[in-house]
Amino acid sequence: MSSIVSIKDLSKTYNSGFEALKNINLDIKKGEILALLGPNGAGKTTLISTICGIVSPTSGTVTVDGSDIITDFRKTRQMIGLVPQELTLGAFEQVFQTVSFSRGLFGCKQDDDYINQLLKDLSLDDKKDIEVRALSGGMKRRVLIAKALSHEPQILFLDEPTAGVDVELRKDMWKIVRQLQDKGVTIILTTHYIEEAEEIAERVGVINNGELLVVEKKELLMENFGKKQLVIELREAAKEIPHTLHKHNVELTDDGLNISYTYDTTNEGSNIQEVLKEVSDSELLLKDIKINQSSLEDIFVDLVKLK
Amino acid sequence: MMNFRAIKVIYLHEMLRFWQTLFQSIASPILSTALYFVVFGAAIGSRISNVEGVSYGLFIIPGLTMLSVLTQSISNASFGIFFPKFTGTIYEILSAPISFYEALIGFVGAAASKSLFLAAIILITATFFVDLNVAHPFWMLAFLILTCVAFSLFGFIIGLWAENFEKLQIVPLLIITPLVFLGGSFYSISMLPPLWQKVTLFNPVLYLVSGFRWSFFEISDVSVGISLLMVIVFLSACIGVVAWIFKSGYKLRQ
Ligand SMILES: Nc1ncnc2c1ncn2[C@@H]1O[C@H](COP(=O)(O)OP(=O)(O)O)[C@@H](O)[C@H]1O
Ligand SMILES: [Mg+2]
Repeated sequence: MSSIVSIKDLSKTYNSGFEALKNINLDIKKGEILALLGPNGAGKTTLISTICGIVSPTSGTVTVDGSDIITDFRKTRQMIGLVPQELTLGAFEQVFQTVSFSRGLFGCKQDDDYINQLLKDLSLDDKKDIEVRALSGGMKRRVLIAKALSHEPQILFLDEPTAGVDVELRKDMWKIVRQLQDKGVTIILTTHYIEEAEEIAERVGVINNGELLVVEKKELLMENFGKKQLVIELREAAKEIPHTLHKHNVELTDDGLNISYTYDTTNEGSNIQEVLKEVSDSELLLKDIKINQSSLEDIFVDLVKLK
Repeated sequence: MMNFRAIKVIYLHEMLRFWQTLFQSIASPILSTALYFVVFGAAIGSRISNVEGVSYGLFIIPGLTMLSVLTQSISNASFGIFFPKFTGTIYEILSAPISFYEALIGFVGAAASKSLFLAAIILITATFFVDLNVAHPFWMLAFLILTCVAFSLFGFIIGLWAENFEKLQIVPLLIITPLVFLGGSFYSISMLPPLWQKVTLFNPVLYLVSGFRWSFFEISDVSVGISLLMVIVFLSACIGVVAWIFKSGYKLRQ
């Protein structure tokens, strides 16, 4: 697959002197779903804002479909749709009006049929004539998606699309994302939830402190960096771990109420079954079992260590 | 290639609020014009003899119109661009395939249109109180349009520059209103003591009002040519500042 967005040595220092992006190199492939994963303040919004033209780069270049985002901004921005992180909408416009306005801003010919269909796809057709300020947060998010799609972009950026969003919209959103992908649209989303990246993306870029630490196929990344922990809660505190469990990577909490078994998802022979069997064979009384996945923070620690 | 559709939608979008509040947009200038006529024209004006052969009620019309045009051009244009910055909706304009100048034409064009509309309402209202004749309709329109555009540009610059509501309002409040009142809007500077006449010559608004008044009654404080020149100088200065803001990264993009 050829790359549709190509970022070379991109850095951004804000006027405050804060270096939000440090020498980013990234190729986004045509038609893929890429997740940019990183904690708050990592630089995700800065990165996509730069590609979209909202923030000026300090150094480096970005090309979209071979065209430079600065010298050829009309062509590159025409191809891009952006759903911003914040629910930024004017107050007094009606839904249809504001979506139609967006289409016009991008220089597209008025097309009421297209916009009506778009609103329908986003379950907004009964809200067409409602003033935007009267909508709930989830509905506003839908309007922002409609605005971003109003000019039929080939590349769609979704900045933290599920922040504060209900389950239904989340499902709808992933449905729309997959439909767009079927039409050949490239999708880039940012998130600080690892599950979200895992749920939808094909490739994941991990970003922290303005640095792109790694870009990898999702499966590879999860395998390489995903650690899981099986936690067994006990009814009564245990004094020590049964000796049969010693050969596994098992620990007992200080209060004696939890036994945790940490394993690598890459390790095909994770010994959950054995561990569980030995626990049940022992005298220990089981109360509950849960599985913790390694947090994003843990993954960062691992990634930073690797560098 | 210019993005004409973007200019059009920005313009229409800016005008939308105006149409939505049309009653307010029309009623308030009618009311304030009527009040000025009652207070200045009838109550005070009856004690003031004609000014250079023109009745006082007539004499104040150009100044009154300019007062509204100046303040409204500035406030409409500055709010127009400040508001999207304030709410964050500016992201859409920044990420759209439009240049700074295209956005500017949309915003400034809408603000200037509103001011023209306002001037028309004030002048029409005035005809209910006095017998208004315009000696030079072409020049009247020319002064009006140039002023609307120049001060809308000025307002646009203020809106770009302002980071908060105080800054947005400080220039119209502390600079423009005094300049208009002291710029011979409601009197001829020949009524002032000589020293104040000289001081007033430094007030740019004097030239606007004087030229505009000339187009109605052929009387003026300064020569018409100089008035026209001053309007054009002010307009050029605003264009210059806008061009400079644009080159310097224009404060919108971080
Ligand atoms: N306009 C700005 N001026 C100065 N610093 C900024 C500005 N915008 C963002 N930052 C800083 O840049 C860093 C990255 O921000 P952002 O890109 O929004 O991160 P993310 O989207 O990953 O949460 C943060 O530390 C933030 O405080
Ligand atoms: Mg962000």
